[in-house]
Amino acid sequence: MIANYGYKDGSGDYYISIDTDKCIDCAADRACQTACPKEMFETITDDYDDEVTWVKRANCRTLAYDCTECKPAGGYTSLPCTSACTPGAIRHSW
Amino acid sequence: MITAGIDMGSRSVKVVLLEKSKGDKPYALKHAHLMLPGELDADEAAEKAFDEALAAAGLGRSDVKAVFATGAGRKQVAFASEGITEMSAGAKGANFMFPNARTVVDVGAEEGRGIKTDAEGRAIDFAGNEKCAAGAGSFAEAMSRALQLSLKDFGAASLKSERTIPMNAQCTVFAESEVVSLIHSSTPKEDIAKAVLDAVASRVCAMVRRVGIEGEVVLIGGMVHNEGFVQSLKTAMDVDQVSLPEHPEYISALGCALIAAERLH
Repeated sequence: MIANYGYKDGSGDYYISIDTDKCIDCAADRACQTACPKEMFETITDDYDDEVTWVKRANCRTLAYDCTECKPAGGYTSLPCTSACTPGAIRHSW
Repeated sequence: MITAGIDMGSRSVKVVLLEKSKGDKPYALKHAHLMLPGELDADEAAEKAFDEALAAAGLGRSDVKAVFATGAGRKQVAFASEGITEMSAGAKGANFMFPNARTVVDVGAEEGRGIKTDAEGRAIDFAGNEKCAAGAGSFAEAMSRALQLSLKDFGAASLKSERTIPMNAQCTVFAESEVVSLIHSSTPKEDIAKAVLDAVASRVCAMVRRVGIEGEVVLIGGMVHNEGFVQSLKTAMDVDQVSLPEHPEYISALGCALIAAERLH
C-alpha cells in the first residue's frame, strides 16, 4: 500500500509517501526513525496486521515546517529519512 | 454470527449490524442506525448509538461477536475490540457494494480522501488532507450558512447555474470572505453555490489524482446527498460516471463490520 501522509494548502502539496510493501520486514532496521531529527516516524501495526512505519499524526499537519531543517532554502542533496530508508519506501512530494 | 461496525464521524455516529449467513448471500444486514450526538460526549454517543441500534434490531450486546470502530473518533469507542482506519473501512465497504470499484472517494463532514482499492477491497493507495477543511462537507455547510440556504437547497441551487466562478481561497475562512464579496456584488446564489461546490470538488479531486483514477469510481460519505457536489466532482475528475451507494453515510461502518466478520472467520 502507498500511504500518503500530509496535506495540500494554498502554498502547495506536502506529502510523505510510504510504500508499506517495502516497509514490512524493514531491511534497514527502521533506520528512518532515528535518522529523522524531528522523530516524525514511528512503527504501527496497520489494518492488515503488518508492522509498518507511519508519520505521526501530529506531524501530518505541519510537514512543510517540520522538514525545513533538512530542506534548507539554499538547497540540499539528500534527506536523512530517504537516505536511511535503503529499501526506498519513503518519498517526499515537494 | 453478528458483527458490528461503528463509524464515529465528526458529525454523526453510524452503526451497522451485519449477520454472516450460510445462504447464497454471505452477509445480511441486520440494522443500520445513524445518530447525531448533540451534546453527548463521544464515548457516551457511541454507547447510546450502539444500544439504540441493538434495540431496533431486537438484539443484546451478547449477540454481537465483535465490534470494530472507524472514523475520526474511533479511539473513543471503548467497547470496540479493534480500530480500523477510515481508508481500510471505506475501501472494504465500497468494494462490497460495488465489486468493480477501484477508486473510492470519501467525502464526509471533516475530511475528504481518495483511496485506491484492489479486487478484495484492500486499500492499496490513499491520500487525505490532514490540515484543511476546504475539501470536506463542513466547508460546504459553512458556505451554505453564509448564503442562508439549507444544505439540500444549496446543492440543488448549484445545478441551476451554468457559470464558472473560480474561488481562489484554499481556506474556509478566506473562502467565506470571497463568498461575502460575491454576495455584495449581487452574484446570484446559484452561481455562488456552484463556485463553492466546484472548489470543494477541485480540492477533493487533487487528492484523488494523487492516488490515480482507475476503474469504477465510487463516492461515499455524506456529501453524496449533495447532488450539486456530485456533478462538480464528475466535471473535476473528468469522468462520465460516479457510482453512488443508496446509503453513503453507512459505507465505512459497513466496511468495518465486514472486516470484523472476516477476522472472526
